[in-house]
Formats: sequence, C-alpha cells, structure tokens
Amino acid sequence: MSSLDAPKQAPRQSLWSKHKIFETNSIILVIGVLIVISIGGLVEIAPLFYLRNTIEKVEGMRPYTPLELAGRAIYVREGCYNCHSQMIRPLRDEIERYGHYSLAAESMYDKPFQWGSKRTGPDLARVGGKYSDEWQLAHLNRPRDLVPQSIMPGYPFLAKTELNYNDIANHLRANRAGGVPYTDEMIEDAKRDLEAQATPDHPRAAELEKRYPKAQIRDFDGDAQKISEADALIAYLQVLGTLVDFKLYDDKANIR
Amino acid sequence: MVIAAAAVLPLILIAAMTEDRGYAFHAALGALAALGSVFLIANRCFRPGQVPAPQEIGGRPNYNMEPVKFATVAAMVWGIAGFTVGLIIALQLAFPDLNFDLPWINFGRLRPLHTSAVIFAFGGNVLIGTSFYVVQRTSHARLAGDLSPWFVVLGYNLFIVIAGTGYLLGITQSKEYAEPEWYADLWLTAVWVVYLLVFLGTLAKRKEPHIYVANWFYLGFILTIAVLHVGNNLAWPVSVLSPKSYVLWSGVQDAMFQWWYGHNAVGFFLTAGFLAIMYYFVPKRAERPVYSYRLSIIHFWALIFLYIWAGPHHLHYTALPDWAQTLGMTFSIMLWMPSWGGMINGLMTLSGAWDKLRTDPVLRMMVVSLAFYGMSTFEGPLMSIKAVNSLSHYTDWTIGHVHSGALGWVAYVSFGAIYCLVPWLWNRKGLYSLKLVNWHFWVSTLGIVLYISAMWVSGIMQGLMWRAYTSLGFLEYSFIETVAAMKPYYVIRAMGGGLFLAGALIMAFNLWMTVRSDAVGASQREPAPDPQLVPAQ
Repeated sequence: MSSLDAPKQAPRQSLWSKHKIFETNSIILVIGVLIVISIGGLVEIAPLFYLRNTIEKVEGMRPYTPLELAGRAIYVREGCYNCHSQMIRPLRDEIERYGHYSLAAESMYDKPFQWGSKRTGPDLARVGGKYSDEWQLAHLNRPRDLVPQSIMPGYPFLAKTELNYNDIANHLRANRAGGVPYTDEMIEDAKRDLEAQATPDHPRAAELEKRYPKAQIRDFDGDAQKISEADALIAYLQVLGTLVDFKLYDDKANIR
Repeated sequence: MVIAAAAVLPLILIAAMTEDRGYAFHAALGALAALGSVFLIANRCFRPGQVPAPQEIGGRPNYNMEPVKFATVAAMVWGIAGFTVGLIIALQLAFPDLNFDLPWINFGRLRPLHTSAVIFAFGGNVLIGTSFYVVQRTSHARLAGDLSPWFVVLGYNLFIVIAGTGYLLGITQSKEYAEPEWYADLWLTAVWVVYLLVFLGTLAKRKEPHIYVANWFYLGFILTIAVLHVGNNLAWPVSVLSPKSYVLWSGVQDAMFQWWYGHNAVGFFLTAGFLAIMYYFVPKRAERPVYSYRLSIIHFWALIFLYIWAGPHHLHYTALPDWAQTLGMTFSIMLWMPSWGGMINGLMTLSGAWDKLRTDPVLRMMVVSLAFYGMSTFEGPLMSIKAVNSLSHYTDWTIGHVHSGALGWVAYVSFGAIYCLVPWLWNRKGLYSLKLVNWHFWVSTLGIVLYISAMWVSGIMQGLMWRAYTSLGFLEYSFIETVAAMKPYYVIRAMGGGLFLAGALIMAFNLWMTVRSDAVGASQREPAPDPQLVPAQ
C-alpha cells in the first residue's frame, strides 16, 4: 500500500473495470454464463458417446423381453431405485457380496439407468437367479415373513393387479427411438411375446427364446389365471445380471 | 388466453381416452387450469376501467408485489408439506409397518415427493418470489409484463401439483430430482422460458446502470437450470396417451447426464439461487454494504465454471470411465475455494454490525445458514475424494451431508429471507414476535444437529460394516445385520426432523400473526435503502 506512486494503480484497476461490460449489459452476461457453464459438461459427456469402454458390446447383452420391460416399468414406478442400487463397484467386499463388478455394457439398454445412489437395501445388479420365484413373490408380499429385520415396504398389491400391457409395442418403439435395437418383428409380436413368456409350454416359446436368448419362460407368480404385475416384476428381477457370462468375458480386452 | 382456450379440448380428449387413470387425472387438471385461466384473463380484460398498471406512481416505481406474495405463501405451505412428508418417510425407515402395504404411500413413492416438495416446491417458490422482489428493487423498475409474472408463479405451482400427485400415482421417470414425466417437463420448460423473459425484461427496464450482484446469481441459476432441465429430460414418450417415456440416452451416458444435472441442481438451484438471496438479504438486514466487490466477481465466475464439472463424483467406482471420475473429483475439491469465498463475502458483510446477532434472530438465522454452507461445502469436497467416497457412497452419510446443506443452508437462508419479506410485502411494522423467531431458531437448530450427527454415525458405521472382514477372511456381516444396526439412528433422525418441522410451524404461526396485525403507512415503513455494490476504486 504505497500512496507515493498513485498513478501506478491505473493499470491494475483496468482488469477489474473490464468486468463492467457484464454488469451493464444483461445479454452479454447471459452469453458469458452460457459459455462458462457449457465447457465442463461438454468435456465430460461428449466423449462417452465414442470411447470404446463406454460403448463396447459385450457378448450376451440383448434388449429386454417385453415382459421384462413391463416389469422394469413397475420397478421404476414403485421407486425401487430409492433404496436399491444396480451397480457393483470393483471393491473386494462388493465383489464377494454381490458378484463380478458391473460393466457399462450391462446397462446399455437401460432407459433410464438404475444404478441408484443409496443402499438402504442390498444391490440388485446380479439378483437374477439368486432366489426362487416363490421366494421373490413371498418377499414382495410380506418382506418380514422371510427377513424379520427387513425394513422394506410390502407390495402385496402387485400379485393382485393384472398387468396392463395393451400398449407394450409402443414401449418397445419408444426404446427403439433411443437406440435400442428392437426389430420390426419384435415390436409387432410384443404382446404375444409377453404372453408367451409368462405362460409355461406356450407354443411360441421357442421363437421367443431365439429372439431373446436366455429368456426365462415360466409362470413367475404361480397364478395361471392372469398375468399380474408381480409376474412382470419377478421376470425383470430374475434377468438382472444374468445375461453376460463372466467365464467368457475378457476384462483385459479394452486395456490399451 | 387463446392458447389456454385452445388447450382445453385436447386435454379433455386425452383425459377421456387414456388408459392410465393418473394421466387422465392430470389431463383433467390441465383442462381445468386452462379453463380457469381463460376465465380469469377474460375477467381481467373486460373489467370496467381496467388500464395497464402504471409503471410509476409519483415518480417512484410502482412495484408489482402480488406474485411475490403468492410465491411466499406457497413456499411456506409447500415447505411444511415437504417437511411433513420427510418426517413420514424417516419414520417409515424406522418403523416399516407405516408403509401400510399400500401403493400410494410406500417409501419408494413418497421419497421423491419429499425431495421435490422441499427442493422444487419450497425452494423454487422462495427463489421465484425473492428473485421477483430483488430484481424489481435493485432495478428500480416494475416487473416486466402484466400477465406473465402470474403465468410464471401459477404455472410453476401447477407443475408442482402435477409432479407431486404423479409420484403418488406412480408416474415417474425415476431420474433422481428429475422424476416428473415428459408432459410435466414440457410444461415446466414453457414456464421457465417465460420466467427468464420476465427477469431479463425487468433488468432491461432498470434505472441503475449496473446489474446488482444478486441478479447475476439469479440469472446464472435461471439459465443453467434451463440448460440442465432440457438436457437431462430429452425423452421419447410411449404415446400421447401414455404418461410414460423413455430417455434418449441409456446406461453410462444417461448416468453421466443425470449427475451432470443432479449435481448442478444442487449447484445452481440450491446454491447459486440462494447465494443471490444472501447477496441481497444479508447486506440489507445488516445494513452494511457487501464485503468485497472483487470477491463477488471471482466468486460468481469461479462458482459457475467449476460446479458444472463436479457431477461425476456421484459415480465413483462405477462403470463411468476413470478419467471422468477423476475430473469430477478434482473439480469438486477446487470448488471448495469459491464456496468459501462466497461464505466469507457473506459473513464479512457483517463487519461492524456483529452486535446485531445478539438482538436480531433473523440475521442470526442467515449467518448460521452461512456457517452451515461453509461446513457442507467443506464436507462435500471431502466426500468427493475417491477413497472417502468408497466408504461414504450408498450410505446415510450422503443423506446427512445433503441435509446439513438443505436444512442448515438452504432452508435457513430462505427462512431469513421470508422473515424479512413478509413485513415488507404486507406493509407491517415488523414481525409479530422476535421471541418466536428465537424459538424457531433454537428448536430447528437442535433438530438439524440431531439429524446430521445421527446420519454421520449410521452412514460411517454402515460403510465400515459392509467392508468388515473376520480374521479368517470372510465378510463379517450379512447385509441385513447392517440394516438392523441402523434402527436407533433412524429413530434419532426422525426426532431431528420432527423438531425441524415444529420450528417451521412456529414460523408459520408467527408469519400468520404478522399478516393479521395492523398495516402501517408506507412512509413509516420504508425499508432501509437497497444494498449497492461498491465497485473497487
């Protein structure tokens, strides 16, 4: 703070006074803000659409069957993601508890993604096949019958409610608009495919399996009278994490 | 009006044709709102002697404060509703039978209702209300537009109703803090564009050459939220007759979009917007100028530049590429600096007026909000470090962190602003009771402390239990054992939430009694002059 050479202040002040242009002109301020906030997003998001390890196709991944897709819609509707993650991190305890860490490809057809951000309940990324259909149904109906300390809400209404799948073809179509490779035949037959998956010994079973490899075909809720919301939800839970065969997956393939 | 009239018929048609009952309800609601606005606008146009409101009366700006009043009341109502739902879901976690096995009130549907009610309904109304107040006062000009400010306020609250009832009816796209479906998103986009135009229009009419610093932050908030909202919600509806849509991105790209949005909903909705409140209400209440002009400039640009990068810290150790996670972590740590720069700018504004903390509980509330802001913006960068995050992620530590920011910072600075605004807006001499403000302050502070300390303990404990190994090398705890261990902390947390709600009820009573007290003449009540930013010499 030398007051002797006062004129020296002038050049230092000029940088601050340049800010006046933003303070006196709202349109320039708007443009400035837009430029400043665009940079970070562009740098972080744009490469994800072409980098190899975010768009790799892993053997076994296929779009959801119509029944699984309907079940997924129920998972979303009930807000399961609020308490259950679907993303196993490459940490020793998680791999031992839940299985192989999750790959980007395993959620490549997930619209929206269901990685979650909170584990009030356990991770569900590989819950498929871990429990029987009967267990899942009983657990959905009354969780504390099976796990006394559980704090999960009961969902007895799912098994009682008939699944509404009249516009399931449109659901497939909307997914295709966002890049999921459903074919015209898949969309056309969506309704019949859905019925076939929930009905054991359905004549179309073989065709369904060809279209959607590893599709599990059975009466998931044990109620042959109707296709319930529980049928769809359990079909979805049972497919989670089962599509990629980790005996075959080469996790070194993308290391350059 | 023509648009509203034209919207009635298609909305009724959709209501009649859709198979989804929730969607039919929303379409009917939209039709009613359109009809209502046709009626109100027509009523306004044909009222005898109706002239456009004068811009100035007797040489002083004729401020348009009615929409501000509406937003203030709405904020209080939604706030109490949102806190109540928060208390309910906290109790549901401690006592799961409170879910009653019903679809409409299970935890999964109520939790988004809570987050949206407090962030968007309470916080959003506070932001819209205060921004309309501040932009008028600091520009010395009447709010731009005649109907459009009302369109913004009412339209925004209609969006809130659609979003909230939608969650209860099972209409959600499941993206956290962006749950409303495509038609609600479209509606919000329209409202938001008008909001931006009203704000810019008012700035354009300003009598002051300089745009006041609070308005930079409001503008940054409005613009960025528009960009984030549109980017994150690009979706393909199943059909016009279905409430459901599928987002355009999937998997890892969608995750990155979501947390680019999600973290900046925190950064711009819950931070930049409320910093604008700080930059107006703290100097005004303390009757001191803003501490440093240069710090305001650095604070503003550094904050908005750095925040945008921080999103990937929500995705540590996931399938998102490592470089993106590291970038997110780095910028989150850097973000500590502008955050504390802003806090210092706010706190130091009190230089020379610190004694007011003893006598003015409203100012005390705002100062404590800045302290909480400083604390949670230190905790945030800490939790964004990958090693720390591997422990804290997926646990209640995150929930505690969010609430120290949301209750301590956002809600407190909002309460402070509302306590200031109500006497100004309703032309009252002052608040009904400062003693009750004091009670509110201490009851809710105790609530916050109970809340966040319970979540620190439960979060860190759960994280440690998940990764605990026995001496033989087996995982020590099954998952359900970690759930059972949380119970006492969930009960303490619910108590903390209950106290916070009680504080808000005290506040509502105090405000109600303030409005009911006698009005004073405008000359008696002229508030202190508006704060000015003193450019550096």
